[in-house]
Amino acid sequence: MNARRFRRQKFAGPILVVAALLTIGSAFSIASALPSAQKSEVSAQSTLVDEGKQIFLKGCASCHGLNSEGGAVAPSLIGVGAAAVDFQVGTGRMPLANMSQQAMRKAPLYNPTQVAALGAYVSSLAPGPATVDPASLAWERDGNVAQGGELFRTNCAMCHNFAAQGGALSNGKYAPTLMGVEPKHIYEALITGPQSMPKFSDKTITPAEKLSIIKWIKSANAEPAIGGASLGRVGPVTEGLLVWTLGLGLLIGVAVWLASKAR
Amino acid sequence: MSTEINKFERFEDPGLPAHVLRKTDTDPIAANRAERQVAALFLLSALGTIGTIASYIFIDSKKFIYLPILGDTNAQQLALGTGLAASLFFIGIAAVHWAKTLMPDEEVIAERHEFRSSDEDRADFVSTVKDRAGAAGLGRRSLIKRSMGLSLGLVGLSPLLLLRDLGPLPKNQLATTSWAAGVRLVTDPGNRPIKPSDLEVGAVAQVLPHLPVGTERTLENIGKDAVLLIRLRPEDFNLNAQRLSWTYDGIIAFSKICSHMGCAVALYEQQTKHLLCPCHQSTFDVTRAAKVIFGPSARPLPQLALQLDAEGYLIAKQGFTEPVGPSFWERNSA
Repeated sequence: MNARRFRRQKFAGPILVVAALLTIGSAFSIASALPSAQKSEVSAQSTLVDEGKQIFLKGCASCHGLNSEGGAVAPSLIGVGAAAVDFQVGTGRMPLANMSQQAMRKAPLYNPTQVAALGAYVSSLAPGPATVDPASLAWERDGNVAQGGELFRTNCAMCHNFAAQGGALSNGKYAPTLMGVEPKHIYEALITGPQSMPKFSDKTITPAEKLSIIKWIKSANAEPAIGGASLGRVGPVTEGLLVWTLGLGLLIGVAVWLASKAR
Repeated sequence: MSTEINKFERFEDPGLPAHVLRKTDTDPIAANRAERQVAALFLLSALGTIGTIASYIFIDSKKFIYLPILGDTNAQQLALGTGLAASLFFIGIAAVHWAKTLMPDEEVIAERHEFRSSDEDRADFVSTVKDRAGAAGLGRRSLIKRSMGLSLGLVGLSPLLLLRDLGPLPKNQLATTSWAAGVRLVTDPGNRPIKPSDLEVGAVAQVLPHLPVGTERTLENIGKDAVLLIRLRPEDFNLNAQRLSWTYDGIIAFSKICSHMGCAVALYEQQTKHLLCPCHQSTFDVTRAAKVIFGPSARPLPQLALQLDAEGYLIAKQGFTEPVGPSFWERNSA
């Protein structure tokens, strides 16, 4: 009798727990399966946010803080928006390879789905600029190269060089070259102002003007180098160096040969 | 012994070193080889010219080829350049080689004649001038003499007149800009007025003064009027009360013309809030009214006082209180 009672008591607890879990679980799944597609989209979004949070905790939180509040070495990510995430992570700048003055463009560590998840998580913290859909950037159709060139020379060329080849800033920082940058990343950089770069608001440079800038950069990118080596397209510095070393060296050689006596 | 050293010693003129015969002077085989070399160099030049013409005709002008160091290169341009360079370079090389190996290389001395003419020639010249002057009647025809003097004297004045083109003096143009009280800030390019809400924190805008309709914006004016508008968090500022009153809700404006040599200072580093001049690396701290923190510049960038007009657009409270850009003699460096 004692043994029977003991047996009953022994299994009653776990069985009850399992039964209760099953009931609640199936009830929840039925309840959540019932409503329309809108609700499932919301839950997909929240899964994306959760997924992003997981990636964030593993890959970003050590510098940016467990709640994206920032730290001694990294800024707060609250309110930077998905566009900033898409630019920084999508171009491989984040996560940093090392703690140097500047985050460099490199092969991205995360795939586009993971980048989108991270973006969803960061934009769930506070609203910010959304990721730019490449399909909505009709720069080839709506951009104007001449206008883009004018805007570029006034607003961009002082840092990124007149041929968009990049240039030096202070203390080892630099403005990177814009050759081969995806249009959506150019657009996102303009609206989010990554690293040293300031933001360029939609009212001072309208979205249409931003498309013109992209079109100008792309046309500069497509400019063929007729003479082969373009020497970085930075003008007299590299060209002068080449002429003063190779060219002058050749002339000195010829002069020595001219003045030497034949035997 | 010492007197021997102090005495002037005359050196005998050693004359030219003995002429050394070249190998081509003594050895006919070497001479023939040199001749063939010169001919080969001329032929290379001819091939270069033919190559230039052929590449112009036969190579597609849009074709690009890949070369190890040069990268993608336009094939026709490369061939034209190489051919033309070869055709000219080898003519020169051949001529020099010819001259050095085969042409006569005997040293020749040509003595310089004396500069002074012989007494006979000099006397002859003087008598001719006197004779002709007398025959022309210069002494008699004083009208010609005087009018000639007048014309020759006046000719010297025209070059003096052209010195005027070194001026006129700029007067106060270096000290003035198009900015004045109530002038709207407009975007460059685009000429759109700006509201404070148009700029987010961390944003910049390149601005120029709004000019009355019908006024042309000259490059000379842009060179003085260009202004950079920056928005920070108001708490980032470290300004005195007057300069703080010149900002509007975190928006601050500085002349873009460097106070060192006049380059456009627009390299704004958003994180450090420094403005960097690309020419000589003068660095200005935006939060401290563009104080110079590095580089050769001697003065902060002039700050433009901002306020809002009735429609809510940014306007200048007053013109610049000091001349923008580099120093000049008449500038009162305060």
